[in-house]
Amino acid sequence: MSLDDVYRQVVMDHYQNPRHHGHLTHPTLSVGLHNPSCGDELHLDLLLDEDGVVRDAAFEGQGCSISMAAASMFVDRVRGKKIEEARRVVASFKDLLRRREADRAILGDLEALEGVSQFPARVKCATLVMNAFEQAMDRVEAEGRDHK
Amino acid sequence: MNLAALRSEFPLLGRDENGKRLCYVDSAATAQKPQAVLDAVRRYYVEDNANVYRGVYALAARATQDYEDARAQVAALVHAEPEEIIFTRGTTESLNLLARSYGELVLGPGTNVVTSPAEHHSNLLPWQQVALARGAELRFVELDEDGQVTPEAVGKVVDQGTRVVALAHVSNVLGTVTDIAAIAAVAHAAGAVLAVDGAQSVPHMAVDVKALDIDFLAFSGHKMCGPTGIGALYGRAELLRRMPPVYYGGEMIEEVTLTGATFKEAPWRFEGGTPNIAGAVGMGAAARFLQEVGLGEIHSREAELANMAAEGLRRIEGVTVYGPRGRRESGVVTFNIDGVHAHDVATALDADGVCVRAGHHCCQPLMRRLGAASTARASFYLYNDADDVQQLLDAVASAKEFFRRVAG
Repeated sequence: MSLDDVYRQVVMDHYQNPRHHGHLTHPTLSVGLHNPSCGDELHLDLLLDEDGVVRDAAFEGQGCSISMAAASMFVDRVRGKKIEEARRVVASFKDLLRRREADRAILGDLEALEGVSQFPARVKCATLVMNAFEQAMDRVEAEGRDHK
Repeated sequence: MNLAALRSEFPLLGRDENGKRLCYVDSAATAQKPQAVLDAVRRYYVEDNANVYRGVYALAARATQDYEDARAQVAALVHAEPEEIIFTRGTTESLNLLARSYGELVLGPGTNVVTSPAEHHSNLLPWQQVALARGAELRFVELDEDGQVTPEAVGKVVDQGTRVVALAHVSNVLGTVTDIAAIAAVAHAAGAVLAVDGAQSVPHMAVDVKALDIDFLAFSGHKMCGPTGIGALYGRAELLRRMPPVYYGGEMIEEVTLTGATFKEAPWRFEGGTPNIAGAVGMGAAARFLQEVGLGEIHSREAELANMAAEGLRRIEGVTVYGPRGRRESGVVTFNIDGVHAHDVATALDADGVCVRAGHHCCQPLMRRLGAASTARASFYLYNDADDVQQLLDAVASAKEFFRRVAG
């Protein structure tokens, strides 16, 4: 295993210069996640429109370089995308970290985190933001059902 | 026993990790196991395995004897009587059992429990929750500048309503050693009992419950070179006699009717169900092993390594070391590389074969006080040597360089 495979320049760049960092003024919904085993914290704001598109997204949190870089990359990637497409980003990323066949084209900068698969203990850092997103989507679906 | 011979008693230490010499400096989390412990567990299963107490055949009598011998060995380690040792799953269960059983006996409105903001969650939450349930108050001792709990600070918060003073002997984050004997005097003067979390002291130094005048002492087998899933609660005999059971079921009863029951004497009344017999046998073997090596020698060696490591880490520019500014009296050294998250540090050290803990160490309130969301922690034990210190220092220095480079 090699550190250079994990801490690639693009990863450190997202860590040090996070994109879409902060809060949205009028989010459709917000999710706060806390990783109790390491103390990482992440807050994700999403603005969804009626067509199921992620109009805007922002995150804030504190944690290791991998969790924060992944959050920056993910938010950057899913802004302007349909929810189903964002879900495909999550699925492909998880495939990548499990060393399975993954749809790399959809991942953008997230592909640079492939090296995390060599460090099983850090996979949960890389997927923290996606767990927050999935929690948000579960909530959207549950609310959709309630309204029917 | 010289150090090389001692190290060779631990089979796992001879293995490589990530193609590097294994530098295991996470013994505050769990200790490696010597051959004597592995052999004792195996011998129990191969030669004596049966359920304890209930069998009338010779095999069951041997299992019971092994289990009770283990209790005596663990008791001897802390200078207690065998009847004062309750076997549990570990420190966490010991403290929960204590808080529930003794708490039920003495806590209510108008009473209080005194603890500190530096406790491991397992010595905070049981008291916090039992105090909430019984309408008692939870009070906190003020820490001094080094994060230390002093007898004077304890004296400031105890009063006639104090029933329990619950404190760690050695902090798992800062490595500070609490003056337990002096605090026992303060607690007893107020009419309270002293409950000590010994998870980080019993494996590492001579702890004499009589000399220190401790009423309750909780500790784990796995941190003292024994198996996981076994631990102990020492309780002063006259206190244990008054305490109600917490786990009801098999083995712990005298007589049962459909509407009532009487229970065995302590400590057996606290050990409902088939206990972890093999675990107890392993913990007993570990107690004997530590005494053969000598707890005085273990303590001075690991403190020396921790002082070497702390000094070396301080000399690396851009590294912050937490804990006492003066001499360290335990094997724990907590640190951060400035600007690098502790998890990233731990991953970089792992690549160099160095195992450290990173995170909040189950001490969130203390971490908030230190102003660090997480830290890296190296903790030394009897099998560590100067090479381990050097490997740690080299790995930290190269991790610092690595992150400086990639952060460009």
